[in-house]
Amino acid sequence: MISLAGRDIMHAWGKFLFTGLGLGLLIGVTLSMAGIYRGMVDDAMALLDNSGADLWVVQKDTLGPYAEPSSLNDDLYRGLLGMPGVAGAANVTYLTMQVRRDGSDVRALVVGVVAGGPGEPGQPRQLVAGRQITRNHYEAVADLASGFKLGERLQIRRHQYTVVGLTKRMVSSSGDPMIFIPLRDAQEAQFLKDNDAIVQQRRRTGQNPGFNRPGVPGLLEAVIAAQSSNSSVNAVLVRVKPGHSGEEVAEPIRRWKRVQVYTRQQMEGILIGKLIATSARQIAMFLVILSVVSATIVAFIIYTMTMGKIREIAVLKLIGTRNRTIGGMILQQALALGTIGFVVGKIVATFWAPYFPKYVLLLPGDAVRGFVVVMVICTLASGLAIRAALKVDPAEAIGG
Amino acid sequence: MAEPMSSGIRIEGLRKVYGQGDTAVEALKGVEMVVAPGEVVGLVGPSGSGKSTLLKCLGAVIEPSGGRMILGDEVIYDEGWRIGDLRALRRDKIGFVFQAPYLIPFLNVTDNVALPPMLAGVANREARRRALELFAALDIGHRAQAMPSQLSGGEQQRVSIARALVNRPPVILADEPTAPLDSERALSVIRILNQMAQQYQTAVIVVTHDEKIIPTFKRIYHIRDGRTHEEAGEGRLLA
Ligand SMILES: Nc1ncnc2c1ncn2[C@@H]1O[C@H](COP(=O)(O)OP(=O)(O)OP(=O)(O)O)[C@@H](O)[C@H]1O
Ligand SMILES: [Mg+2]
Repeated sequence: MISLAGRDIMHAWGKFLFTGLGLGLLIGVTLSMAGIYRGMVDDAMALLDNSGADLWVVQKDTLGPYAEPSSLNDDLYRGLLGMPGVAGAANVTYLTMQVRRDGSDVRALVVGVVAGGPGEPGQPRQLVAGRQITRNHYEAVADLASGFKLGERLQIRRHQYTVVGLTKRMVSSSGDPMIFIPLRDAQEAQFLKDNDAIVQQRRRTGQNPGFNRPGVPGLLEAVIAAQSSNSSVNAVLVRVKPGHSGEEVAEPIRRWKRVQVYTRQQMEGILIGKLIATSARQIAMFLVILSVVSATIVAFIIYTMTMGKIREIAVLKLIGTRNRTIGGMILQQALALGTIGFVVGKIVATFWAPYFPKYVLLLPGDAVRGFVVVMVICTLASGLAIRAALKVDPAEAIGG
Repeated sequence: MAEPMSSGIRIEGLRKVYGQGDTAVEALKGVEMVVAPGEVVGLVGPSGSGKSTLLKCLGAVIEPSGGRMILGDEVIYDEGWRIGDLRALRRDKIGFVFQAPYLIPFLNVTDNVALPPMLAGVANREARRRALELFAALDIGHRAQAMPSQLSGGEQQRVSIARALVNRPPVILADEPTAPLDSERALSVIRILNQMAQQYQTAVIVVTHDEKIIPTFKRIYHIRDGRTHEEAGEGRLLA
């Protein structure tokens, strides 16, 4: 027996190819949507990996530095260093802001880290160019996605920073590139007021007779110094000694009054379950709509193509073709259309993925799942046409 | 290849009523008809007289309301179907030729003709060999690889005759097979049907209005008001 579906496709290949192309673009969009979600999860994982931390110590009753504002005193880490199983602890601040770059600005996650050797938690892990931050002030390591180049100057609040190193794929959970600066500068940027506010505060403090007492020299200076220094950080990143589990080290710290401790697993739960959950649902909704649209298109095309062959189907039945053969022909055509669409979709999704502003991660597993879904959709969509074809009466071939 | 044992077509008291009750239409009221193997008979009658209905009953696509039908050596209907698989009956015992050729547009000429044996489970090579064997006699051998859309109307009709013949059925039912053809081509189609009928001992019924071909039949059945009347024809088939 010859393949009726195959012959029909060969005969009308132009129509098939164009329909397959259209369907393919739609499937490409669908695969990209899945890739965007995977990219978000992967960015979140990269964020946790790159922090180099096993435990996150944050303000009591907050969800940690990536999901909620958290504020801790910056001498807390000393206490943590003394805890059993702790290999390292470092202060860190996170602040999403616009970073000025002569004239324009870039949205970035500014990370304040303690200047030190690589391997300290919080430090950018791998540089693609340049070096780590070594001074306590005015140096920056920027992610390539920010567009900054080595030696370039950027401005955060009042200060200018020189880019001394570059990283790759260091982004926030919302995809903004990271810019690392020394902790002191970051604290100032995050917690300090602007010039005008400082002048105003100094003036008010100076005019307050309680602080500006004639008989107590130095009091005013001390008060102003206390007001303008800052000792808050967003989190303390803790690295655990080899041979200890995060949970085991976290346990005694949990008993501390004013802090919350998260393990890597809990942090993943917060990022995926809370931070990107809404985006994930948004994407899921898109996937559902795109599937319905694809199904409708396939159903419509296959139905019209079948309706155009009613006479031939009646003749085929009259000369003794089984219903199964005719149904199989229509199903095979739908599956062939789906396969063309899937191949086109996979190609275009791969082609345009790098042009997306955020990371698009196309997993082979998703492609396989996508293919299965396309095949199921095509099978269901061909149902309408198959039903119509099976209802064709062979007597119609003989006519009136 | 001939089937001398075949008894051609025999129809006895065939009735067909469409619908029920007040709206019932009695299209056939006791049709009697005999066609010998190798014979081509004409079936003529005014519009609405029941020609298509008779063909559909014989073609096993509608169920008669009573009577008997014998195809070849087999009683296929006797107050009820005597055959389980009507689809296989149509495939193996009956060849159909229509007013329009109704070739499958996406199969080439050879595969259009090879399709019925393939449907019956014959291997592709053998089915194509059987098709090609017929092409010489029908003078379409040179178009064997063409697509139906590339053929003339007459060529298409000859291909459809080849398709009707390829499974060597004892019976061919032709429904206005010459309607769209000019008189020369119409006569050529009838000539071919006669020649094939003789060669393969096939009983052929040709339903027609076509004045050009009516004189070619040796025997004609007139159908009027659901009943048949046999009549001798002129039997003029110019070579
Ligand atoms: N499916 C049907 N349901 C009800 N009545 C029908 C049906 N098919 C045919 N008839 C009726 O049966 C009668 C015979 O119809 P049939 O189609 O056999 O005529 P015909 O001889 O082929 O006519 P024509 O030359 O116009 O094709 C007509 O009165 C017709 O209206
Ligand atoms: Mg008719």
